[in-house]
Amino acid sequence: MQKLTRRGWLTVIVMALLAVLPPVFYLTGNAFYLDLATRLTILAIAAVSLNLILGYGGLISFGHAAFVGLGAYAVGIPAYHWLYYSWGDWAVNGLVQFPLAIIVSAVFALLTGIVCLRTRGVYFIMITMAFAQMVYYLIVSIEEYGGDDGLVIDTRSELPLINLDDPLQLFGLSYVSLLVAMLLVRMIVNSRFGMVLQGAKGNEERMISLGFNVYAYRLTAYVISGAMAGYAGALLGNFTTFISPEMMDWSRSGELMFMVILGGVATTLGPVLGAVSFIVIEEILSTITIYWHLPFGLMLIGVVLFVRGGLAGLLTGRGGKDD
Amino acid sequence: MTAVLEISGLNKSFGGIKATDDLNLSVTPHELHAIIGPNGAGKTTLISQLSGTQQPDTGTIRFQGQDITQIAPHKRAHLGIARSYQITSLIMQMSVIDNIALALQAHDGHSFRFIRPARGIKSLRDRAMSLLDRVGLADKADLSTAALSHGEHRHMEIAIALASEAELMLLDEPMAGLGLEASAQMVDLLLGIKGKHTILLIEHDMDAVFALADRISVLVYGHIIATGTPDEIRSNEAVQHAYLGEE
Amino acid sequence: MDLSLLFIQTLNGLQLGLLLFLVASGLTLVFGILDFVNLAHASLYMLGAFICASLTFVLGNFLWAVVVSLPITGVIGLLVERFVARPLYSRDHLDHVLGTFGLILVLDTLAHLIWGPAGIAVPLPPWLDGQIQLSETLVIPTFRVLIIAAGLAAAGGLFWLVNYTRLGMLIRAGASNRTMVSALGVDIQTLFALVFALGAMLAGLAGMLIAPITEASIGMGNNIIITAFVVIIVGGIGSMKGAFIAALLIGLIDTLGRSFLDDLFKLFMSSEAAETSAPAVSAMLIYIIMALVLAFRPSGLFPPRTR
Repeated sequence: MQKLTRRGWLTVIVMALLAVLPPVFYLTGNAFYLDLATRLTILAIAAVSLNLILGYGGLISFGHAAFVGLGAYAVGIPAYHWLYYSWGDWAVNGLVQFPLAIIVSAVFALLTGIVCLRTRGVYFIMITMAFAQMVYYLIVSIEEYGGDDGLVIDTRSELPLINLDDPLQLFGLSYVSLLVAMLLVRMIVNSRFGMVLQGAKGNEERMISLGFNVYAYRLTAYVISGAMAGYAGALLGNFTTFISPEMMDWSRSGELMFMVILGGVATTLGPVLGAVSFIVIEEILSTITIYWHLPFGLMLIGVVLFVRGGLAGLLTGRGGKDD
Repeated sequence: MTAVLEISGLNKSFGGIKATDDLNLSVTPHELHAIIGPNGAGKTTLISQLSGTQQPDTGTIRFQGQDITQIAPHKRAHLGIARSYQITSLIMQMSVIDNIALALQAHDGHSFRFIRPARGIKSLRDRAMSLLDRVGLADKADLSTAALSHGEHRHMEIAIALASEAELMLLDEPMAGLGLEASAQMVDLLLGIKGKHTILLIEHDMDAVFALADRISVLVYGHIIATGTPDEIRSNEAVQHAYLGEE
Repeated sequence: MDLSLLFIQTLNGLQLGLLLFLVASGLTLVFGILDFVNLAHASLYMLGAFICASLTFVLGNFLWAVVVSLPITGVIGLLVERFVARPLYSRDHLDHVLGTFGLILVLDTLAHLIWGPAGIAVPLPPWLDGQIQLSETLVIPTFRVLIIAAGLAAAGGLFWLVNYTRLGMLIRAGASNRTMVSALGVDIQTLFALVFALGAMLAGLAGMLIAPITEASIGMGNNIIITAFVVIIVGGIGSMKGAFIAALLIGLIDTLGRSFLDDLFKLFMSSEAAETSAPAVSAMLIYIIMALVLAFRPSGLFPPRTR
């Protein structure tokens, strides 16, 4: 094992605090903070997955919430059929629902990625946004599953050894999932595949002239990222036990982007830090005023305008130099 | 002896301007073939068509006997055509050795390998180091590419072209923007690799070209007006009139 | 299939298409010339609707309210340009997206503070509130005719402005060559601000025209902006002609799809299956069209030459 760098230590400390603090709060009677931490942890998984394509791949995807939403519906819809159409118990089995969430999101990522990745720059931003909105309207149009109003998940996923109805265990699963997601992304970006992905962000034309089919690498990363976000969605469905199209509204995608950027793109810890600061600020502001979006929006604008070199400067300046 | 590269009847216009005009050229194995010409003669357009980033209007390009006119750029690289860039086109955010290692990865085939850390693969690192050694950059391997000088970037370009072990190396003005001393170093470097690879050198620097080339073709307004050894070109009247006379 | 219904829905599709064009033309103008991605364009649409609604009550007449609201939205556009957009021009598209995303939160909350959470209905003067009897079975609301006429007039005015005026010449030159415009002695900053204000007014006008039908409400822009994105992606970002054709196309396809797709499906599937699948497919229809267009033309139907 090599010696930890300063950022490595920071990662260890932050992750250790995240593991220890919420259960302590819960056990001392502050259940609310455990809930907050669970939500934060799940969103951090989605942000970590977005970081793979946005941070390391340089692909500005504005539709990431769609994958999260699809993952949640992959839990909610079978549970709905289990309740009302007497589907078998397999329909609420987590070992069915979670893989289903991953597969559905991955397939959606593949189908849309094939089209989106043919485009560049601002086209890519808008088209990922549009495809996410397509899923939004699709769900809205299906009255069976509640349309606009959403769907209550009556039964959480059944898993061996873990009871998701216990908030502490649900947090534990989310936390371990986040750790695995971080390690997975870290492994991918440091692999030969990841080097190509980061190289293509730095200089696409060069990578093509070297003989890399950049499109295929990006599409693969896009599918992996979508699948991970789908998994986060399945967790989110289990956490909220209520799902609605609102989960995949484009402002949710924007928030995920902000988490990645706030925390620092193309770093292992960045998306987690981003999710923490985002949720904490949101929580503090919204207890002060119902108009909390106003200071929040001003803060976002301020960050973009005044963070030295621009946020995108961080995006291009730090690639490939993680730890 | 079959030519490595055989260009016949190549034409390419932009609007009304002919950038490439019925261009014919044949490059034989292991020669260093230089293309010279005044500014705006269509040198860069030619190299773009060879590497596949631009499509000719008419004409064919054959590489080792195979028609590659319609083949995508990344596939040409797999067939064995490597290209260096006139405007330095490295991945600035990455370290020097990572740039070279990526070129080696490309040469090794696809990189859909997700598990082993790329920087921990010893064979890849060792080969990258030996290439950096050949171009005199071994001591700068771990620096950020952005921190290197312009001349050193040019040397990296050569190392990347070498990494591909390509049959044909297209070098687009490797001396561009280099000072006297750096140019001399580049000439030494190219003299060292010459004869082991087929090289098509597009270059502005006359001293370098006449020092390096086995054969020279002169490009004027997209058309090749003469091909021959440096001595033949030096004494060719049409060339003197069209080109050297200007100097 | 009912022919008079088809006629009515075609008119509705045309109306949606023209409103989309008003929103999309501003987006594409700002992107094509300023190279700026403005998500908050949707909020300008919403502000146009709210301001017009308030002024309708103050001035007592919808049309006067539109006339007064237009310059106000233009001024708001100028403010947005000066304080948010201008500092971001030199940044990359990601910063544009993030900055204007923040701006949406700010403007939407401001609207909430000023006008409250509920929507505001906008009353029409009696002569606009009626219907035109075309035949025994065919009636169309007068106001929809006005929307179509106003949309066409705005589109025509825009074409005239871009193609036949000095400002238009500068706009076209600015799109392809900024330094040249500066060399002509034109203050490029002023030109950019004017373009931005023009885009804001066009979006605001669309909001004003739709308000009597749907009410002015918070978040009303967030739906149309994505459709406007689809329009400019299909049309080719930066192309005014592309935006116009794609807007009409998308407006017609969306409207007709929603009303006739189930009939169409019933031709080759059971009516029950058709009634469940048609809403889902029609909700996705324009996105499927967009994907198809991009599959064959990654830069849209009319990619502008300079980009």
